[in-house]
Amino acid sequence: MENKVKLTKLANCAGCGAKVGAGVLAKLLEGIKVRSDPNLLVGFDKSDDASVYKVSDELALVQTVDFFPPIADDPYTFGAIAATNALSDVYAMGGEPKLALNIMAVPKDLPKEAVHQILRGGYDKAYEAGAIITGGHSILDDEPKYGLAVTGFVHPDKVLTNSGAKDGDVLLLTKPIGIGILTTAAKADLVPKETMSFAFKLMTTLNKSARDAMVKYRVHSCTDVTGFALLGHSCEMAQGSDVEIHLNVDDIDLIEESLEFARMGILPEGMYRNRSFAEAYVDSGEIELAKQDMLYDPQTSGGLLIAVHPDDADALFEELKGVVPSAQKIGTVKKYSGGARIYLH
Amino acid sequence: MIDARGLSCPMPVVMVQNEVKKSSPNELKVQVDSMVCVENITRYASSQKYDVEVANKDGEFELTLKKKK
Repeated sequence: MENKVKLTKLANCAGCGAKVGAGVLAKLLEGIKVRSDPNLLVGFDKSDDASVYKVSDELALVQTVDFFPPIADDPYTFGAIAATNALSDVYAMGGEPKLALNIMAVPKDLPKEAVHQILRGGYDKAYEAGAIITGGHSILDDEPKYGLAVTGFVHPDKVLTNSGAKDGDVLLLTKPIGIGILTTAAKADLVPKETMSFAFKLMTTLNKSARDAMVKYRVHSCTDVTGFALLGHSCEMAQGSDVEIHLNVDDIDLIEESLEFARMGILPEGMYRNRSFAEAYVDSGEIELAKQDMLYDPQTSGGLLIAVHPDDADALFEELKGVVPSAQKIGTVKKYSGGARIYLH
Repeated sequence: MIDARGLSCPMPVVMVQNEVKKSSPNELKVQVDSMVCVENITRYASSQKYDVEVANKDGEFELTLKKKK
């Protein structure tokens, strides 16, 4: 065990925290012509989780890619987290992943066994999701990276975008918040082993059960909470749906240890990036700064944020309770009144 | 004076925490080279009832933490 590679030591930033900021991304794409296609049901314009292309009246293709540098020291765990995170975008669209390709960067001197374990973690999660990995592409790089390009299927009439939320909808969330802060604190060895195991368990829990439950109800909108944090992704949902979102902070499952770290100023760079992107659209009310920071904390392989018809909310909430890490009823959707997009209460 | 330049977060804020816990100084100066570290240390300092002054020197920052009276 002494010679074990510590993967996170090779990473500049951890997990979804490595994501290019939402504002920067829009600028990078500015001026590039976007071609449309009548069968493209979801494209880049609404900053959604995946693209969806209608093949027939019965079938649409869901495509997404996601990869990042190590967020765990253990190669198998890193592979499993990266795969869980990549597969999640398909679930967030209401789809089921079927095919996946490895995307990988490895330093020349990374031991073969470590690379093998990263891949094994990825394969295990893909199989658990009911998908198969059919190949991939690897390059040499100083910083290791791993992820998947995933293709899935969804019925074209049952696509769940992040822009369909309606006035009156109830917002549900399926995993606790605070992963980015924990992985940042872990860099300074501040996190007890049990807490890290809990974090890894969360990050390797597929959003499959959440997806399978929600498709049985009148869900109007869904997205997975990842690099842009709960508030960044909520903001995209509110803007895309032209509604406003009201969140009850006391109802959000904030990981206790993360909140303590937030109060001590142990916060990832991505938190500040997310804050500067979304802050202008958020009315934070009287909420404590550390709790606000938690809501801007980039999540790796986070849960699903679901906007469901109010009459179905209780039933879906009850069903989620038994099958997701943390079922929460966190807020409501209202008609846009011209002010902030998100209100914290 | 803590020199945390060249260190990435959360190390600088952890160094400040260790110093505050150890000696609870009335005044502490810290050098860092990123805004994230400035923000993190400022958050920690206010939680421990310190006022913070920040001086920007060509992209590097010198923070002065002073215990609130």
